[in-house]
Amino acid sequence: MDLTAQEDTNRRMLRARDEMDRRYAEPLDVPALAAIAHLSASRFGRVFKEVYGETPHRYLQRRRVERAMALLRQTERPVTQVAWDVGFASLGTFSRTFSAVVGCSPSEFRAQAEPVDVPTCFVAAWTRPRERTTFSEKQDGAAAD
Amino acid sequence: MNTHVSSLRITSVKVLDQDEALDFYCGRLGFEVRDDADLGFMRWLTVALPGQDSPQLLLELPGGPHQDAETAAQVRDLLTKGALGGVFLTSDDVHATYAQLREAGVEITQEPVEQPYGTDFGIRDPFGNHIRVSQLSGATDREIEERYREQAKA
Repeated sequence: MDLTAQEDTNRRMLRARDEMDRRYAEPLDVPALAAIAHLSASRFGRVFKEVYGETPHRYLQRRRVERAMALLRQTERPVTQVAWDVGFASLGTFSRTFSAVVGCSPSEFRAQAEPVDVPTCFVAAWTRPRERTTFSEKQDGAAAD
Repeated sequence: MNTHVSSLRITSVKVLDQDEALDFYCGRLGFEVRDDADLGFMRWLTVALPGQDSPQLLLELPGGPHQDAETAAQVRDLLTKGALGGVFLTSDDVHATYAQLREAGVEITQEPVEQPYGTDFGIRDPFGNHIRVSQLSGATDREIEERYREQAKA
């Protein structure tokens, strides 16, 4: 299969992003992700943003918030437990990040959400929160766990 | 509304190399070739699961008569970054299918997960398409709803 240099980069970054999806509740391990993408750790973040339009950290935060949305919708777990389950170390950081991404607090989201009966991977893909103007790179970095 | 549309027969899956696509979809996943014809402007290549005439996957290269080079490059870009559509398959033994694909070195995106409706896992084809393989439990809608409720309390 002949790939252009950019397509080859895309494919390698996709493998790294799939690994992030698998390990979303763990701390961001840039050296390990960079190794999957056959890049140096120092280049990984920049190339990820070139391919996916956002930093690895921001992607991971959105992924965690998406999983939190599912848990809030489908379980009765306390919000603090949900925060821990998706990889946040503090409730404050979770609440700030969730509100910045979704536009309401975790409790407000739970109160208005209803369970959905479709394959969870499909829900994950289509409910993954997109960028909001209030979710800036600065806030994103400050919310690092 | 009755449109008289009666079945899904063929759907397109974009691939970057049709021979490699055959190796994957037939050699790894167990599809069989239904049509493989050189139309001049494209190779019409379809596959389907054994014993089934439809639905078929049209393993199609970006480009051809309906896409200029720039558009084809955009499609290739989206495909390799995982941004195009996916395929949902079922298996009658999802754990056996998973073990076979893992042994064959197929990219696994998610290990088998128990769901209220059954068990499923995720893979990618060599080009970036996402494929989901599920074994449905056969539970009724009411039973699935009950499992979601039980899961909620866990």
